[in-house]
Amino acid sequence: MSCWDTLGAYALRSLGYGERALPTTDFTLCQQATLIGSGMIWNLYFGAVALGAGFVLAVAVALARTSDSPWLRRPAGWFIFLFRGSPLFIQFFFAYFLFLSLKGRFDWADPLTSAWLGATLVLFLNTAGYSAEIFRGALQAIPRGDLEAADAYGLTGWTKFRRITFPTMLRLAWPAYTNEAIFLFHATALVFVSGFPAIQQKGDALYYAQYFADKTFNPFVPYPILAGYFILVTLSIVGLFWLGSQRLNRHLPSPSGRWRAKFQVIR
Amino acid sequence: MLPDCSDPSALSGLSWLACYLTTGKHLNFYGSFGTVLLLLLVTAPVALALGFGGAMLARSRVAPLSWIGRAYIAVVRGVPDIVFFLFFVIALDQGLEYLRHRIKCPDWDGPVYRGSDFVVCDAAKLPLSNAPQWFHEAYGFALAVLTFAIVFGAFAASVLFGAMKAVPRAQMETAEAYGMTHAQAFWRVLVPQMWVYALPGLSNLWLVLVKASPLLFLLGVEDIVYWARDLGGSKTPQFTDYPHGDWRMWYFLFLLCFYLAFTRLSEIALDRLMRRLTHGQAIAGGEAQRKAALGGAA
Repeated sequence: MSCWDTLGAYALRSLGYGERALPTTDFTLCQQATLIGSGMIWNLYFGAVALGAGFVLAVAVALARTSDSPWLRRPAGWFIFLFRGSPLFIQFFFAYFLFLSLKGRFDWADPLTSAWLGATLVLFLNTAGYSAEIFRGALQAIPRGDLEAADAYGLTGWTKFRRITFPTMLRLAWPAYTNEAIFLFHATALVFVSGFPAIQQKGDALYYAQYFADKTFNPFVPYPILAGYFILVTLSIVGLFWLGSQRLNRHLPSPSGRWRAKFQVIR
Repeated sequence: MLPDCSDPSALSGLSWLACYLTTGKHLNFYGSFGTVLLLLLVTAPVALALGFGGAMLARSRVAPLSWIGRAYIAVVRGVPDIVFFLFFVIALDQGLEYLRHRIKCPDWDGPVYRGSDFVVCDAAKLPLSNAPQWFHEAYGFALAVLTFAIVFGAFAASVLFGAMKAVPRAQMETAEAYGMTHAQAFWRVLVPQMWVYALPGLSNLWLVLVKASPLLFLLGVEDIVYWARDLGGSKTPQFTDYPHGDWRMWYFLFLLCFYLAFTRLSEIALDRLMRRLTHGQAIAGGEAQRKAALGGAA
């Protein structure tokens, strides 16, 4: 079987299209790269959906966290503490078994036990917790002069938020938020090792890498391939967020020198 | 006093629960919390030492050494830690077995990787097939600790590398002006001063390490996640004296609360430590403390 045939057979295997049976003997490099790459579709899906939806919730939670009313501030604080204070791995397990017991009682809980919805929900809440903390810090770091200038121009309420508070917050939070996005995509690798089943062997990149490592007893091929894919994703995120920062800071002088990705290796 | 647990089917309510929670397996479950704490206590200093070595390599003036150090730091950033965990735990095991294979069976020929198998001679197996059970468990745990230390060592290296660069340049220049050698200046001036810059990063790292500890489960150690899954699964009367439904959700809720409490306590302790270390330092935190003390006195 040539590499093109393998690509045709397995490129969409993680979604259930193409060849049903996974290779069991004579593993080629091409098969490993194709299947692990096919699994990356899931990682990208989890990451993109959770990041997009999590952004909206994170802004809301950060605003609640900095509001004057304790009825908003306290629950927001608890939300952030719950998701930042416990391991994502345990959150996945707890959520999966919670959904499993809900499934027995209610019909609507049925899809929650499959990864495409249940795991995405957990990742969404988790990244919202982490991002909310980043945005809270940024909201508190907005220069007072900016807000006073907005008042002086007669901006109030929604207009002031949309034109002054929100863009400034985003600008301040952007480097840290870039890191959060990278960590979120890395965290997607946990989905299929933490309870959520890969039905009909439709798993993510780590699932297939583990499959090959188990079958060949040779970790030195599948895991470096997987690492290569994740490095590509990381570089793409950095690139995309760099474009975003260019747009956010387009009114500032020498925009290219403004944003320096300050890489942290830890969340 | 504990109720009499000899006939569980006759028990009900609280006494049933008390007996249920003190079965042998549950005692193993409680013991596995010790395993997790032991992992954290052993890994933290080892990772810190590796990190210190990595940071020293990265700022070495010999270019190849510096590349090694920088590569060690950089490579962990692009890849999820879970991938490293799963990779290293097999790779270390195979590496050790391969080394022993070369030493103990020098006249064995034929490749080590054969199709879908990794074959070494019997004397090189780790642990040996006749080793006692505790040795198997200790070996698995040691591999896990080493794996954690390598991954978190890279994180620590990046934190310490940044901290070493944050020490004001003037301090090092003063040391040179006093005629200290490069090594003297490093050990007597740079190292004592860098900790206060490193502490925020290291505190964060400790919290990340705590939150990574349940991944032990994936490395094949019988840790709290293993027991929670095992004990929580539904039990039928045929196999146990304490039949119950699927309680895994409650076991994991308990673990969730355990970790929340653990991280909260860590945060409080690290805050105290930070306050003590910044005391009297010429940085913003120390200045704020000084002002607060002055304000209190006035």
